[in-house]
Amino acid sequence: MALITAFVYVLHQDFWFWRTARPLVFGFLPIGLAYHAAYTVGISLLMLYLVRRHWPAHLEDASERVGECGGATPRAKK
Amino acid sequence: MIAAAVVFAYLAVVLGIGIFGGRSAGHENAEGYFLAGRAIGPVVFLLSLFGTNMTAFSILGASGHAFANGIVTYGLMASSSALVIPVGIFVIGTRLWALGKRHGFMTPVQMFRDRWECGHIGTVIFLVQAVLLIPYIVIAVMGGGTTLRAVSGGLVPYWLGGAIVSMVVMGYVFFGGMRGTAWVNTFQTILFLSFGAIAVAVIARGMGGFGNAIEGLLASPATAPLLTRERVSPLYFFSYTFIPLSSLAFPHIGIFCLTAKRLSHFRRTVVLYPICMFAIWLPSVFLGVVANKAVDLPPIRAKVEARATLATQGPSLTPERRSQLRATASGDDVILKLVEGYAPLWLASLLGAAVMAAVMASDSQILALSTMFTEDVFAFYGGQARFGPSVQVQTGRVFVILLTIVAYAIALTAPQSIFDIASQYAFAGYSALSPLLIAALFWKRSTKWGALAVSLWTAASVLGIAVLQWAVPAPAPGAAVTVWAVGGVDVITRIAAGTTVLGLLPVVPMTLVSALLMFVVSSVTQGSRPSPSTRLRYNV
Repeated sequence: MALITAFVYVLHQDFWFWRTARPLVFGFLPIGLAYHAAYTVGISLLMLYLVRRHWPAHLEDASERVGECGGATPRAKK
Repeated sequence: MIAAAVVFAYLAVVLGIGIFGGRSAGHENAEGYFLAGRAIGPVVFLLSLFGTNMTAFSILGASGHAFANGIVTYGLMASSSALVIPVGIFVIGTRLWALGKRHGFMTPVQMFRDRWECGHIGTVIFLVQAVLLIPYIVIAVMGGGTTLRAVSGGLVPYWLGGAIVSMVVMGYVFFGGMRGTAWVNTFQTILFLSFGAIAVAVIARGMGGFGNAIEGLLASPATAPLLTRERVSPLYFFSYTFIPLSSLAFPHIGIFCLTAKRLSHFRRTVVLYPICMFAIWLPSVFLGVVANKAVDLPPIRAKVEARATLATQGPSLTPERRSQLRATASGDDVILKLVEGYAPLWLASLLGAAVMAAVMASDSQILALSTMFTEDVFAFYGGQARFGPSVQVQTGRVFVILLTIVAYAIALTAPQSIFDIASQYAFAGYSALSPLLIAALFWKRSTKWGALAVSLWTAASVLGIAVLQWAVPAPAPGAAVTVWAVGGVDVITRIAAGTTVLGLLPVVPMTLVSALLMFVVSSVTQGSRPSPSTRLRYNV
């Protein structure tokens, strides 16, 4: 999971479209902007993969309340 | 006047949604009022979390930045956030939610106190977080005053506009609590999402198609670089990926993560969050760029000419003339001008409402500060035990009123430039606080002294940069002033857009030093590690 995320992070630094505006995607979208727009949609697919394959389902059980440790009590606990 | 009427109608609708949307919540205790009883549903959770992250900057500032800097704006701010924020919510937000529900936490500081078995260090963290949040609230009041004055053609003065917006936000936060605020944010997000597509279609028609506009921009040497990233260094571009770390450390985001009814609500949120970013930021950035070709509109022509004068004669101009030209060239209202120029009146009026929605994004921060004050100060120092949960909620509401009055008073007296700088570096400050959250959740060897070091470093570095930017005025665009050099290497440089450290934005060294401090200070204070039972409770 960390490796895939790191790989996607590296893809954000797209030096290959740094100094060019062409080709214009759909006739008006500079390639650098189109790349990052597509990249954003791609992240949604990455998140879909992470949710399906690496979802921390155990946290649902871990969330069962065991007591109050909120602001009212910690001072008394010290 | 039609635009003003639509904006006032919008304010009334928002007030109604906030008050009536919040009525179903059980406000008799703090969890009901401040966290909507940890029972927010999946759709409101997604749209409200997204809306909470979208400030005036996202809608207006993004197009203004793109107007001056080109398509690089999207890569700097949108696509990096679209990755870092959902991954952060996936890894950190879900864990925060589980621990919050398990142990009854309502604020991040409560968790820090429990996690590191500390009291007053938690108060220091509270103070740093609170000071970094206040500029946003003040700027929202200023934005409200300015916008109402603009849409009413000057009939509503600045002081009255600021007061009206403050009263509306205070009203629905006061009566609606978290549930009311979440419903308002949901409504505002739907407005943003709808507006983007409509604005693009209408402006494209008005400009005779975007293809011609882009070809025109490419044909001119002055505007062609706006369609590439050649004016920005890769180091600078890389730096910006650190900024979204702030979203993870913002208390209003952390607190909002605690409101989800079920863990499964996070699933849809992290998948759809990048799509929401795409839907709002792509139109904002693209319209900002093509506005450079809309010189048939006099206000936009004046901006383009002011920028050209700055670029060609900047160094020879007086500082007063430079700041005057900078104000004229500012693109923050460029979408407004495009819609005024190309769209029918009804759409321009709706835009006024959308702008209003953007500048009213301070509601979550006000509620978060109120939650933090009542939980981290009032309850922690014995208020809840002495007076009961009902008085605690009333204290939170009184705090909302006081905070609004203070923010309004500051907005009327202080120059906006100070708060622009403060909010600009608040992002960097919260990014520098992110190691705090990561260490608390994932590093068993972290200690309270490491947490204190991170908090003090963050406060000192934000203050240092604000003072530096105040003491060394911004040079003309393209120029750079070396503030500190070692052996011929520029270490700290003042540029038109801010400050750089070795070519990087300050957020990078601030965050890296924070992480290093957490590691080093915790390592040398292992005697202060929390008890094994505490560490075990965080092993989820």
